[in-house]
Amino acid sequence: MEIAIFLLFAGVAIVSAGNILIQRHPIYSALSLIVTFIALAGIYIQLHAEFIAVMQIVVYTGAIMVLFVFVIMLLNAGAEQRVPDKVHVVKYFGLPLAGLLIVQIGLIVTRAFSNEGISVDSASLNLTGNTQMIGKALYTQYALPFEVTSILLLVAIVGAIVMAKKDL
Amino acid sequence: MIPLEFYLVLSAILFTIGAYGFIIKRNIITIFMCIELMLNAVNLSFVAFARYYSLLDGQVFVFFVMAVAAAEAAVGLGIIVALFRNRQTLNVDETNLMKW
Repeated sequence: MEIAIFLLFAGVAIVSAGNILIQRHPIYSALSLIVTFIALAGIYIQLHAEFIAVMQIVVYTGAIMVLFVFVIMLLNAGAEQRVPDKVHVVKYFGLPLAGLLIVQIGLIVTRAFSNEGISVDSASLNLTGNTQMIGKALYTQYALPFEVTSILLLVAIVGAIVMAKKDL
Repeated sequence: MIPLEFYLVLSAILFTIGAYGFIIKRNIITIFMCIELMLNAVNLSFVAFARYYSLLDGQVFVFFVMAVAAAEAAVGLGIIVALFRNRQTLNVDETNLMKW
């Protein structure tokens, strides 16, 4: 049952991620990416990371992707036109190389992390999904990175305003 | 319980789709979306390791990655708007001033 739910979410994620590449119009790609993010949120819930799953929905699909769709609508972007000779070379060399990358990463992860040193005891597992524990870690152990993140967001706000200014 | 490799292989597949899309797509907004897909693939690895090693640090890192992705999206889309205003195109083949 657990495996079936995982495979369902994983299949939805992979198919919709592939659909990003197939679609020519950016708005369809954006909607496919939203489906991928929601499927990943389902997998996060299965991994007992409820806080991350909610953040995935709220921040990624709620904020970032809405921003993407907003910009696509604003710029009135049409379907991409292709330059045939260039793109075909990239496509035919890129596909085998992408397959090679999958095989490489797959080999590395199956050899390096074959269940050694992994302690799955259910007592501590219940803690890992706890939002309260994440909040405590953020404000004690990771207090400095958390504050630096706020500065990063401030820089991003200023940068976005400067970029979008008229007389750049 | 699902083996850890399942999550890592799914993460690898999503990352590779993102990397491949980054190469073949010509629309700069779609290229940007492929970068977001790669970030999400790495997030999945983080959460899977956090679960299987019973540590919280992986989830905290995902939190930071999301903050960086939000900042990146704001600045990147600002650059795209500025680019479109100056060049009237979103095709990366037509904006090759710094290529060679």
